[in-house]
Amino acid sequence: MPDAATGEVVIRFEGVTKTFKGMESPALESVTGEMRTGVITGLVGPDGAGKTTLLRLIAGLMEPDSGKIETLGYDPIVNAGAIRGEVGYMPQKFGLYEDLTVMENLTLQADLRHVTGKEREESFERLLTFTDLKRFTGRFAGKLSGGMKQKLGLACALLGKPKLLLLDEPGVGVDPISRRELWGMVEDLVNQGIGVVWSTAYLDEAELCGTTVVLNEGKLLFTGTPREIAEPLVGRCLQLREPGEKKRRLLTKALSRPEVSDGTIQGHSLRLTFRKGCERFDPKEIGAADGAEWVEVKPRFEDAFIDLLGGGPSGESVLAAHTHQIDQDGATVIEATHLTKQFGDFKATDDVTFQVTRGEIYGLLGPNGAGKSTTFKMMCGLLVPTGGTAKVVGLDLRHSGSQARQKLGYMAQKFSLYGNLSVMENLEFFSGIYGLTGKRQREKTTEMAEIFHLKPFLNAKTDSLSLGYKQRLALACSVMHEPDILFLDEPTSGVDPVTRREFWTHINGLVERGVTVMVTTHFMDEAEYCDRIGLVFRGQLIANGTPDELKESVATQENPDPTMEDAFIELVTGKEEPK
Amino acid sequence: MNFFHRIRALVVKELQSVVGSPSSRTLLIMPVILQTLLFPNAATLEVKNASIAIYNRDTGETANELVQRFAQCDAFTEVIPIHSQAALDDSIESQQAMLAVSIPEDFSRQVANGETGAVQVLLDGRRSNGAQIAMSYLQQITENFMKERAAEKGHAMPSETITRYWFNPNLDFKNFLLPNLVAIITTIGALILTALSVAREREQGTFDQLLVSPLTPEMVMIGKGVPAMLVAFFQATLILCAAVFIYHVPFRGSLFLLYSGMFFYSLSLVGVGLLISSVCNTQQQAFLGAFSFMMPAMMLSGFASPVENMPKWLQNLTWPNPVRHFVEIVKEVFLKDASAERVFHLILPLALISACTIGCASIMFRKKTA
Repeated sequence: MPDAATGEVVIRFEGVTKTFKGMESPALESVTGEMRTGVITGLVGPDGAGKTTLLRLIAGLMEPDSGKIETLGYDPIVNAGAIRGEVGYMPQKFGLYEDLTVMENLTLQADLRHVTGKEREESFERLLTFTDLKRFTGRFAGKLSGGMKQKLGLACALLGKPKLLLLDEPGVGVDPISRRELWGMVEDLVNQGIGVVWSTAYLDEAELCGTTVVLNEGKLLFTGTPREIAEPLVGRCLQLREPGEKKRRLLTKALSRPEVSDGTIQGHSLRLTFRKGCERFDPKEIGAADGAEWVEVKPRFEDAFIDLLGGGPSGESVLAAHTHQIDQDGATVIEATHLTKQFGDFKATDDVTFQVTRGEIYGLLGPNGAGKSTTFKMMCGLLVPTGGTAKVVGLDLRHSGSQARQKLGYMAQKFSLYGNLSVMENLEFFSGIYGLTGKRQREKTTEMAEIFHLKPFLNAKTDSLSLGYKQRLALACSVMHEPDILFLDEPTSGVDPVTRREFWTHINGLVERGVTVMVTTHFMDEAEYCDRIGLVFRGQLIANGTPDELKESVATQENPDPTMEDAFIELVTGKEEPK
Repeated sequence: MNFFHRIRALVVKELQSVVGSPSSRTLLIMPVILQTLLFPNAATLEVKNASIAIYNRDTGETANELVQRFAQCDAFTEVIPIHSQAALDDSIESQQAMLAVSIPEDFSRQVANGETGAVQVLLDGRRSNGAQIAMSYLQQITENFMKERAAEKGHAMPSETITRYWFNPNLDFKNFLLPNLVAIITTIGALILTALSVAREREQGTFDQLLVSPLTPEMVMIGKGVPAMLVAFFQATLILCAAVFIYHVPFRGSLFLLYSGMFFYSLSLVGVGLLISSVCNTQQQAFLGAFSFMMPAMMLSGFASPVENMPKWLQNLTWPNPVRHFVEIVKEVFLKDASAERVFHLILPLALISACTIGCASIMFRKKTA
């Protein structure tokens, strides 16, 4: 495989700026770089970083405000005709017709691209074999799984043999197994000499790319290989093994030390990034157990990304400091028994059973569409189960009174505050319906505004906030009444890694105070924060245990230290082909 | 106390989102202004600017005078003189004239002899409404003319009808229309607002957020209903002021009775709106739902055509229609100072309708959420 530096340049952009009406800062601000054949180029950045804008500019679907773009040697706007047949673009949102079959979709796309006659038959044969969709040609596209949809999208983008393939977040909504398959396919294409750009918000996906262009808030943060980006961090990433029981408190202490710039929990261990030139300290100084030891680990893309942004947030959660202490009675507070939800002939949740005790973080982990949210909504009493029971503090929330719900905080997956109200109005409303009044209400709203850095936006319409601030406000609204139990449905989806750290600092802090947290996530690494996790795949709970237990259960001699994703894939394939 | 605080939070939130953005503010006020401007001027039932074709075959003085009188009438601004039967037919067929009058050769002679003079009138059935009204003008003119003739000769007409319109003595159409508008416009505001707002919250996911909070479905319903009623009161007051101060429609009744009627009317509308929104998942469905209620409700309200003119079975169907009762309340309070007893009699069905729709909505809400 040719090296990143030796491939042929297919895209070149220089000083590209694009501003959308009504947005305060430009979507892209003088971004310069190039992309070559021979490797998968990762276009990396959190939501709102400008990835889609750049891809659309490259495909000639928009015109930049300033700067120059060259796609396959042409100006994509002036020579739109020249590149149309040569560039395959797969948009982020499923760009196909859900109520047409796989074959009808392909035929339609072929008609639109004038792929006819013998060429059409050949490409259909080739692409259906390549994507392994031959068995499903008669199925409606809407009924395909997330992975299959993306494969069909890829097949359509590949019609007419493009020289350049632009894939906008193909990994979203795809389970890890299908993602690996999809990745394999795209690698095949690269080896055939096609230029491929793969945009992603997942930093673990970025790690696999041959080379990357990293964007943040419209600005270019870095270009180069994943190895190059992690280079400065070699030796600075350490894992503290066996630190003892109180890992959350230890993480808080570690993060408040000047040497440490970033840290997370990984199962029973802590993973810390040290500042440049700082020495590791004695684990006992933060109160770790006697057996604790430092182990140097390979820096990840995410560590590097956060380092480029100047490190993570401090470890102390102001929010937790303002929350009352809840007595630990060891009671089971959340309980699902044989929970099932059927939509037509599709089981979104299939016989799920788990318990959560007070003061625990329980995570439901699984790809988009696996049934996490359905399970979650049944727990909160928002959906009626087809079978089984969902109980919170021994009550079915659908029938329980206001009293039980007063103890509950809920943050929905989709942003669900009032977009046409201002930040302050939202805070006042949510504190109001939870019964806060007068002085206490004023104190609490000011407090939340301070904790979540919302002060500058108090009078701004909520819709105008960036995603990160929207999520902060949503979290603020769900914890303002100091709930005992917190339901968080994908609280960090689409949020940049630094804000994600901040969220987890708060969640950890609240748990320290005795709050019980049930959280869903499709970020495999976030599962490490949880005390126990349930792996959800195609509606079923395929494993349930502590993160370390799950990882250890799949450890082999070849892979003694598997990641959460390895564990997931292993457990799913084990389920699919019983040995 | 907590109950009221929570309701207040809901109401404040609702009003903030209605009044907060310039676009929704405009949506609340613009239709009121437009309709109070357009309706009284455009939707008039009086016939003005009609054209009349006259074929006068008589050269006598009586016929000439009758023609003069037709031509003088305000309603007929265009008089087309016709000189042949074919041209007369053609004037109607080509829609040049709304009605055509043919006066026979011996008309003057007959009248002079004290016989009944016959005049033929052709009406354009395609414009039946206007033509009929114009016809009544013609009849009036002719009757007056004959009466005067008879008086000159010293004998009275065998019998005559004297019409007097109570409560609207000049038959001013505005006096009929504007009170109706108070009912019609509040309908649109209150109904759409309640029907759409729940569906919008469903679409945006905020409804789930409300359901997991300590709010009960009843609180949510009150929180939706009160702002809609406030908006309805506001809009109604606007039109009321326009009617009284701009169009000078005499307001004879008691404001207190009018607003009591309005309270129960908007309550019943809120009930219908909530019922619609409790079964709809999207704003689109809710909008269609609101319109499929509103259209027949308007038709059966007695606003467009009197309820008494409808077939019996349809008249019975108008009973559960809140618009019908409120149209009556407004008109009676506005124009004839209806007694408290009479108004309460009319409020009773509204209260019943409110109880039914709100009850049903509440059941549907519980069913759908639980």
